[in-house]
Amino acid sequence: MKLSSAFRGSDLARNIAENIKKATRRRWNLMEFCGTHTVAIFRHGLRSMLPAGLNLVSGPGCPVCVTSRRDIDRILHLAGMPGVVTATYGDMMKVPGSGMSLAEKRARGADVRVVYSITDALEIARANPSARVIFVAVGFETTAPSTAAVIRAAALEGVDNFHVLSLHKVTPPVVGALIEGGTEVDGFICPGHVCSIIGSRPLEPIARDYGKPCVIAGFEPADVLQAILMLVRQLEDGRSEVEIEYTRGVRPEGNPNALAAMNEVFRKVTAEWRGIGEVEATGLKLRDEFASFDAERLIDREIVSEPDPPGCRCGEVLRGELAPTGCALFGAACTPENPVGPCMVSSEGSCATYYQYVGRQRT
Amino acid sequence: MCLAIPALIKEKDGTRAKADIGGAVREINLDIVDRPVEVGDYVLVHAGFAIHKLDEKEALETLELMRKVFGQ
Ligand code: SF4
Repeated sequence: MKLSSAFRGSDLARNIAENIKKATRRRWNLMEFCGTHTVAIFRHGLRSMLPAGLNLVSGPGCPVCVTSRRDIDRILHLAGMPGVVTATYGDMMKVPGSGMSLAEKRARGADVRVVYSITDALEIARANPSARVIFVAVGFETTAPSTAAVIRAAALEGVDNFHVLSLHKVTPPVVGALIEGGTEVDGFICPGHVCSIIGSRPLEPIARDYGKPCVIAGFEPADVLQAILMLVRQLEDGRSEVEIEYTRGVRPEGNPNALAAMNEVFRKVTAEWRGIGEVEATGLKLRDEFASFDAERLIDREIVSEPDPPGCRCGEVLRGELAPTGCALFGAACTPENPVGPCMVSSEGSCATYYQYVGRQRT
Repeated sequence: MCLAIPALIKEKDGTRAKADIGGAVREINLDIVDRPVEVGDYVLVHAGFAIHKLDEKEALETLELMRKVFGQ
């Protein structure tokens, strides 16, 4: 779309950056919640365009990174069962569990397939009626509706060898958990595509009850800078509101069709976030009507996980308390080729992004 | 993982469509898109699903706003 490239223009970006400089009088910490924003900020060198007093902190918005070790171990357990085909998104393959990763499990003979969309996993189930096909569903609200739509379709069609392990998570309550946990952030750059689904309203408690302004941002350089400008103006004026910068992608009410699909198939449960702990009403579990599609029911023993690897500070990184470069293993024992923690695995993990764009010179 | 990219609807058959995503034509699913879409519309696509109909008018307004801001 020609319009997207219009948001990429460097003149536009430079001019917004000029205005940010003019508007910033005090020091502010802004968190970009979403890993896709972290990548955009580094790829376009946006940090270097900001005044010294503005500090950007990367948040926990990488679904793979916040998947707990116990959940990874549950995936590995399922993948090792006879007659099972495991399908998932590519980013999940290298995340280390207590023993190994899915990639290693595959090298030892498990049938693990990387898919682009959950519809491909349903297709595998249709084509292999004698196999049990388990789709490992990770992702925030952007992704969960597609999982819901496919489970609904599989139920209508009666594909009974198709199962989903839902590790989906919803995001607004975890922002509250971060603030209550003491993360020092003055305002949030909020994820555009999560909000395409949920709209702007679920963020209102963050602005109202915690007094932290939120701006929902798109992913082009001008979008991110404009969102930063809007946040700085709110902070300097002493306002705390939810504003939408990304109006071409987000409506205040969100996407009613996607929300309805999610609601029909999932209910909210407590979920464990790596580095943050259990957060109420942030997990999405299949409702009883769809229980026969729930891969959790196939888990036939207690999964005991080892603690996170010694020295890995993913937890602090995910909470925005430590920059990846502050971890002693960063770029030394821990690299994208040999990741110690999940934040170095996912292409949108903070550690992997820092490594790619700033950190290599440190090694 | 939350990236969604703009795509142009080329053909439509019920809740399935063929869309041009940066020059490559892919099959996408329209089950959960927020508003009715037709051939010629732009949508945001994530993991094979259209999740939002893009509004050209809104996009132009945002650009206008950004340009105005720098004029101040
Ligand atoms: S650099 Fe590696 S070991 Fe350190 S916090 Fe990041 S993922 Fe963990």
